[in-house]
Amino acid sequence: MMEWLIEELFAKYNYWISIVLMLIGFYAMIAKDNLIKKIIGLNIFQTAIFLFYISLGDITGGTEPIVSEEMIAQGYVYVNPLPHVLILTAIVVGVATTAVALALVILMYEEYGTIEESEIIELERERGA
Amino acid sequence: MIVESISPLLAILCPVIGSIFVALFGKWPNIRECWTMLAAILQCLIVFSMVPTILGGDIIKYTFFTAFPNVDFGFSIDAFGLIFAITASFLWILVSSYSIGYMRGLNEHAQTRYYFFFCWAIFGAVGVAFAGNLLTMFVFYEILTVSTYPLVAHDQTPEALFAGRKYVAYLLTSGCFFLAAVILTYHFAGTTDFTNGGIPNLAEASRGALMALFAISLLGFMKAAWMPFHSWLPTAMAAPTPVSALLHAVAVVKAGVFGIVRVVCYIYGIDLMSDLGLGVVLASIAAFTMIVASLMAIAQDNLKKRLAYSTISQLSYILFGVALLNPMGVEGAMLHVPFHAFMKITLFMCAGAIIVASGKTNISEMKGLGRVMPVTMAAFAIGALGMSGIPPVCGFISKWYLALGTLEAHSLILLAVLMISSLLDIVYFFPIIYTAFFDTPEGEEFGNSRIKEASIFMLVPLTLTAIFSIIFCLFPNTFHIMDLVKLAVAGLGGGV
Amino acid sequence: MLIVEHLPVLLIVISMLAAFTILIVGWWNKKTSFFISFATILVQFVMSIFILRHVMTVGTIYYWFGGWAPPWGIEYVIDALNAYVLVILLALSLICVTYSKRSIEHELPDKIVSFYALFQLLVTGLCGVTVTGDIFNMYVFVEIFSLAAYALIASRGKIALKASFTYLVLGALGACFFLLGIGFLYSVTGTLNMHDLSILLPPLYGNRVVQAAFVFFTVGLCVKMALFPVHTWLPDAHSFAPSEISAMLSGIIIEVSTYAFIRVCFSVYSLEFIIEYVPIFDFLCLVAGLGIIIGSVLAIAQYNLKRMLAYSSVSQMGYIMLAVGLSVSTHHALWGGLTPALMHILNHALMKGCLFLVAGAFIYKAELWNISDLQGLAKKMPYTCAAFTLAAISMIGVPPSVGFVSKVYIILACLDAGGWKIIFVAVLLLSTLLNLVYFWRVIEMMYMKRGEGEEGHSHSSSPVKVDEIPLSMLIPVLTLAILCIVVGIIWLMEIPIIGSFPILDRVNELFGLGVYAP
Repeated sequence: MMEWLIEELFAKYNYWISIVLMLIGFYAMIAKDNLIKKIIGLNIFQTAIFLFYISLGDITGGTEPIVSEEMIAQGYVYVNPLPHVLILTAIVVGVATTAVALALVILMYEEYGTIEESEIIELERERGA
Repeated sequence: MIVESISPLLAILCPVIGSIFVALFGKWPNIRECWTMLAAILQCLIVFSMVPTILGGDIIKYTFFTAFPNVDFGFSIDAFGLIFAITASFLWILVSSYSIGYMRGLNEHAQTRYYFFFCWAIFGAVGVAFAGNLLTMFVFYEILTVSTYPLVAHDQTPEALFAGRKYVAYLLTSGCFFLAAVILTYHFAGTTDFTNGGIPNLAEASRGALMALFAISLLGFMKAAWMPFHSWLPTAMAAPTPVSALLHAVAVVKAGVFGIVRVVCYIYGIDLMSDLGLGVVLASIAAFTMIVASLMAIAQDNLKKRLAYSTISQLSYILFGVALLNPMGVEGAMLHVPFHAFMKITLFMCAGAIIVASGKTNISEMKGLGRVMPVTMAAFAIGALGMSGIPPVCGFISKWYLALGTLEAHSLILLAVLMISSLLDIVYFFPIIYTAFFDTPEGEEFGNSRIKEASIFMLVPLTLTAIFSIIFCLFPNTFHIMDLVKLAVAGLGGGV
Repeated sequence: MLIVEHLPVLLIVISMLAAFTILIVGWWNKKTSFFISFATILVQFVMSIFILRHVMTVGTIYYWFGGWAPPWGIEYVIDALNAYVLVILLALSLICVTYSKRSIEHELPDKIVSFYALFQLLVTGLCGVTVTGDIFNMYVFVEIFSLAAYALIASRGKIALKASFTYLVLGALGACFFLLGIGFLYSVTGTLNMHDLSILLPPLYGNRVVQAAFVFFTVGLCVKMALFPVHTWLPDAHSFAPSEISAMLSGIIIEVSTYAFIRVCFSVYSLEFIIEYVPIFDFLCLVAGLGIIIGSVLAIAQYNLKRMLAYSSVSQMGYIMLAVGLSVSTHHALWGGLTPALMHILNHALMKGCLFLVAGAFIYKAELWNISDLQGLAKKMPYTCAAFTLAAISMIGVPPSVGFVSKVYIILACLDAGGWKIIFVAVLLLSTLLNLVYFWRVIEMMYMKRGEGEEGHSHSSSPVKVDEIPLSMLIPVLTLAILCIVVGIIWLMEIPIIGSFPILDRVNELFGLGVYAP
């Protein structure tokens, strides 16, 4: 039992953390009525994926990926830099998404005076009727 | 022998070009209607010009393109197709003339739209007649449905809109089944070409599949108004009378019946049909429709509605004849296509003339009408006699062949059905004649004889069709109809 | 290297440059932004034609970014599938941008510059997704076009903001799933190039990570393409966006996501994987079949014209995905493989593009949003209504329109697939009837319903004055409507002559579809 725990849970704790974060984010996106909280949920979800990527590239005991031929010959192990680069791009995308989302929320607040989704729907229904 | 010719293309283009000119000259009614007449006459001449070739035993073909392997999009005209084409295009001339009288007489709105879509409806009907395979037929069948919608809903009153909606709902639904039938036929047989004696490959499919396919095909032809899928037809009587006349007695419903005959004789083939026992199924449906529709016709007081139920019943005569699966029966059925068209159009045009001249739609109001509108009511009487199968009107000839067909099929029950139905025809038609000619008129209108015969535009066509109904009985080979039918039946092969 | 082999990257670069140029020049003169956008898309369209010709005559185009050979550098690959989607995409964009000139001046007079800048970004993103051969690059482009789309949808303000936000949350979620899938694949193969992945993956097909990645891709892209039941963002977004954007959204944006899905399925993974390891396509067929019916039923329940069209899109996406789902189990040369699906992508772009543009025309002219407002409109706007009617009967599938051709091909594919998939024949026919119900209602309203007080047989009633939309809007609408019929006839005519449609054939050949015997 203990062995299983160590092998499956603790050894791959990085994955578990990102899964838990993902679920928290997902929950917030789906269940929260407050639009800002939805955005926060989205951010948590995205960050969880970013963490997942970063931990993929990491190697225990690896150095930064600035190495020379000699160092490789000496057996230096280095961290894969590509995931980090990818995640830089993904972060930019995430920030852009967040910015657009926040802009939308601000405009909605100006329009309706609230950032609760259910209240906005209610208001819109009243206007329609 | 197969003759490649562009004459089918020319014939089909007449209404298209006609419709364009109708739309262009919409502001000048006289010129507009000249174009309609011109297109109608031209088309009729082209169709007649094909008769000698067909009588020579050839088939005229015109192919546009190949839509799928072994399925061309094109025309292939045989004797049976030509009969339908002759009927539709010849009657178009008369109905065009009649329309002019009717539409002007009632000062109808949107006349340009009316003539425009009328051309397209003829385009669809003649396309169905010329179609060389199921796919082509389907295309024109759908065009026919869509183009007649504006005609049915012409009045744009809530009632007419309802009729239009019902019309489209029924017919486009049936279009779906038709499409399924086309594709399934193609799937099973590898082609959908109409072949004398049926498509040979089709017999290789399983019996269950073939029966299901037949059911789907029948559902695809709800235009034939077989019961219980008939109720669109009486509702569609909300349309102006010329529309009812041409489309609901000739083009639309005949296209449905024509399609069923095509499926039975040219897709399945007589042999396969009797092998599967489908003739009995079709005969039962037809017999049921004949009797029940006649009974329902008796209950109608509205003249057009009564005629509509009569149409439903008469259409089933054609199905009935085909379902007998023997030469006499098929001959009777094929003869009934043009003969019924001429008689029914006479009746409808009379009904329209009555509406224009007197504004009356119900039979009970027509007491003594024969005295003030003698020509119209005489024509009506001729049509009615023909419908009941009394000589010397052409209905007699087709019924005669149908009766012979039932004898050849050794089925006294079917003969009895035919006789009962003919009797019922008399029951619902004679009271009209009696009321019109022999009842004492009521109401003051008759006293001042404010009611006169309708305009000459209407009177001439309806007299002509009535005369033709008699000529067809005395000389059944007028327009080579009899020759063409014999030719078509001879080509069916198989057990025929 | 031929100039045409540089076109893939030029396509993206000029489009993106144009986006920023519009922004800068727009400060100085608002009017120029339309012309820059129009010219750019026109040039792009011409380029895409050249690309298509090159792909068909010479072969696949490979472009290595900065000369870095894959798998190190980013590679742009254009084969028959991309070229086909690219041409449709740019053609529709060209039509929409032409249409937008007057309608945007009318609707969003103070947002003209930002509209065109965003529109150009949208086109950039869509082109990017189609040309790239690198899966991460694809993710980035998906996000670029999505972000542009969020902003464009919201541009009307008010309720559109809410619609856009919902789309944003769900769209970002979908994209995250896609990103996660990429991460999974990267973790087992260490590469992002699609072609490289397709070489490295086969030995790993049994691996759970590879399979999970596939599921993530599928779910992520299904959200993006609004497949039932994750279509919930679509109706609001499509109905409240400016009409040219609705036309783009329905006509091509969700289809580009479908393209991405096809790419992932057949270029990254392979037929073998889909059939043997994750047999998800049968399930997709079922979901798509449900989507077809439910989308149509919901469309019937709508009274807002654009919303009705949006639900109809949900149903039409079902058609496309059904065809995609059937692609692995059909093997006829004509209707096997992806042919019906790709056909319907073009056909739907034409029909739905036209319908949304017409809906926009009604709004432009008199703020007519609801179906009941359209009463008797045919007299006032005859050409627009005629265009609507043509497109609507195409949707119903009256021959010889494009809708008819799609329907016939998909039904033939169902029969070809055989087995229980024959039930989809019934589904398609039922959906035709449902389409009939909701489109006929509109046609009847436009042509047949009389205004109040109009008499039955009035001959003398003063004729209604024709009041059409400007020519720059009318021409795009009519072009699409006529194409609905012309393309339908071309599909019917061309295919059997050449044996099949060469470009679609090439796609099937590429993926090994439509030929193997089961």
